[in-house]
Amino acid sequence: MGAFIRSARLDITESLRARWFGFYSMVFGGIIVLLFVFGLTESRILGFTGLSRLLVTYIQLCVAILPIFVLITTVRSVAGDREAGVFEYMLSLPVGLAAWYWGKMVGRFVVVFLPVFLAMAAAAAWSEYSEIGVPWGLFTVYTGLLVSLAWSFLGFGMLISAAARSSDVAQTGAFLLWLVLLLFLDLILLGVMVREHLPLEAVVVIALANPLQSFRTAAILLFDPQMVVLGPAAYVILDDLGQRGYLAFALIWPLLLGTGAASWGYRLFRRGDLP
Amino acid sequence: MIAFKNVTKTFKRSRVLDDVSLEMDQGERIALVGSNGAGKTTLIRCLLGEYTHDGQVLVGGLAPRDNRGTVLARVGFVPQIPPPLRMPVGELIGFAAGICKSDPKSMVAVMADLGLEYGRIRKLPFVKLSGGMKQKTLIAIALGRASDILIMDEPAANLDPEARHIFFRLLAARQDDGIMLITSHRLDEVAALVNRVIEMDRGKVALDDRVADAVDMTSRLTCALTMTRADAAFARALAEWGFTGSGLRWLGMVNGPDRLRFLGMLSRYTGILAGLELKEAEKCVA
Repeated sequence: MGAFIRSARLDITESLRARWFGFYSMVFGGIIVLLFVFGLTESRILGFTGLSRLLVTYIQLCVAILPIFVLITTVRSVAGDREAGVFEYMLSLPVGLAAWYWGKMVGRFVVVFLPVFLAMAAAAAWSEYSEIGVPWGLFTVYTGLLVSLAWSFLGFGMLISAAARSSDVAQTGAFLLWLVLLLFLDLILLGVMVREHLPLEAVVVIALANPLQSFRTAAILLFDPQMVVLGPAAYVILDDLGQRGYLAFALIWPLLLGTGAASWGYRLFRRGDLP
Repeated sequence: MIAFKNVTKTFKRSRVLDDVSLEMDQGERIALVGSNGAGKTTLIRCLLGEYTHDGQVLVGGLAPRDNRGTVLARVGFVPQIPPPLRMPVGELIGFAAGICKSDPKSMVAVMADLGLEYGRIRKLPFVKLSGGMKQKTLIAIALGRASDILIMDEPAANLDPEARHIFFRLLAARQDDGIMLITSHRLDEVAALVNRVIEMDRGKVALDDRVADAVDMTSRLTCALTMTRADAAFARALAEWGFTGSGLRWLGMVNGPDRLRFLGMLSRYTGILAGLELKEAEKCVA
C-alpha cells in the first residue's frame, strides 16, 4: 500500500474518531430526518412534490452550511494538527510530502462528502421503500454538485491551512472567505451591483467565479429557469450558456477551483516550514 | 555522516539558529543541551528536513529536505511532546511500520521490553495513554525499526526507573551502530548516556566537547541511605526512584547512567543525610 493511501486512510480514521465528525454527520442526517418529519415530501411548491421537493430544500440548506463546515473542520484539523505536533512526528517518518498532503486531502474529502451524500442516499432509499418515487436524474446531478462544492471548499481549506501559521488565523481566514463568497451571491451584493449599473461583464465574471453562486444557480435551474429567486446575474449567465452549459460549468468549475487552490496550498506547504 | 554547514534559521526577525556548523560521525552519542529557546528543537527540525533554512544540512551527503525518503528511512525520532493522535496504538504501529517498511513485530518486541503489554493497549487511542506509555510507544517505534540515526527529544522524561533502565540497556545495544542525538534541558539527565556534549545558547554552539565514556549504560547500583530524621518530601522523591524503606533507612537501585541525576536529587537533602552507599550491583546483558 502506497504512502498516499496510508495518509488518506490515516486522515479518515482520525476524523471518524473526532467529535466534529459526529456532530457534522448528525447535522446532515438530522436535516433529512426533520424534513421527513415535517412532511416536506407531501408539500408542494411550483408543482414539485415528493422527494424532489425534499431534495431541493436539502440542497438549499447545503449551500448555506456545507461550505462553512468543510472550511472550518479542514483548517481546524490541518492547522490544529500542525500546532499540536502531529506534523512534527508524522513527517519525521519517511513519507513523501506529496503523498502526505494529497492523501490528507483525499481522506478529508471522503469524510466531508460521505455524511452529506449518505443522508441524501438514505432519503432516497426511504422514498423507494415508501413508494414515493425517486427522481434519479435529479439525485445524480445533486450528487455531482455536492462533490464539486465539497471539493472546492476543501481546496480552499487546504490552501488556508498551508498559508496560515496558526489555527486561529486559519479559522479567521476561512470564515472571512465564506462570508465574502456568501456576500457575492446573486441576491446580495451582485444584485446591488447590477442595480448600481456596474459593468455587466464584471458582475457576470464575479458571479461565475463564485462556486457558491454556481452551485446555488445550478441547483435551482433544474426546476424552473424562470424563477425569480435566481437573481439578475444568474439570469444573464443562463441566457448565454443555456441550461446544459451552465450545469456542466457548475460541475467542472468548482472542481478546477478546488484543485487549483489545493495545488497552490501544496506549493506553499512544500516550500515552507512543515511543523 | 551528519554535517551542518553555516546553518541559519530565522523566524520573522528572530534568528533562532545563527551560522551553526557541526559534524557528527558514526559512533557518537551526543547530548544536545541548552535552555528553552537555545535552538535545540530548531536544529533537530532542520536535520529532519522539516524546516527551511540558510546553509546546508547533509546526512550521508544528502539534503534531508530534498531526499526525505532516503534520509528519513535512516532516522528514528522520539519527540518531546507526543502527538495527540486519536488512532489506536495498533494502527499507529501499523502505519509507522508500513511507512518505514519495517516489521511491526520488532516494534512490539521493544514495547514488551519496556514493560508495555501490546495486547492490552493495542485498541486504545494513543492520545488516551499515560505520558509514560506514550513515550514507551514512540521509543518502541524508533528503536524497533532499522535506523542508524536516533534523535530523541527528552526521551526518558516520563519513564519510571525500571523503564529507564531497560531503555538505557536498549540504547547500549545500539551504541556503536550509528549516531545518537539526545536533547535535554539539563546535562545531568543525559550525561552518562553520551560521549559528546553540544551546548546551544541563543542559536549558537556555545560548547562542543568530548566526555569520558566510562559509564556502563547497562549497569545498576545498589544504594543504601541513612537519614538523620524522616522527611515527607524526601520520602516522596525516593518513592519516584522506586526506593523502599521508611523514615531513616532507605534501600533501592539506581541505573548507572542515572547516577548523576540521582546525586543531583540527593544534593537537595544533604542536611538530613547521615550515610550513603552506592555500589555497582549487576551487569546486564542486552
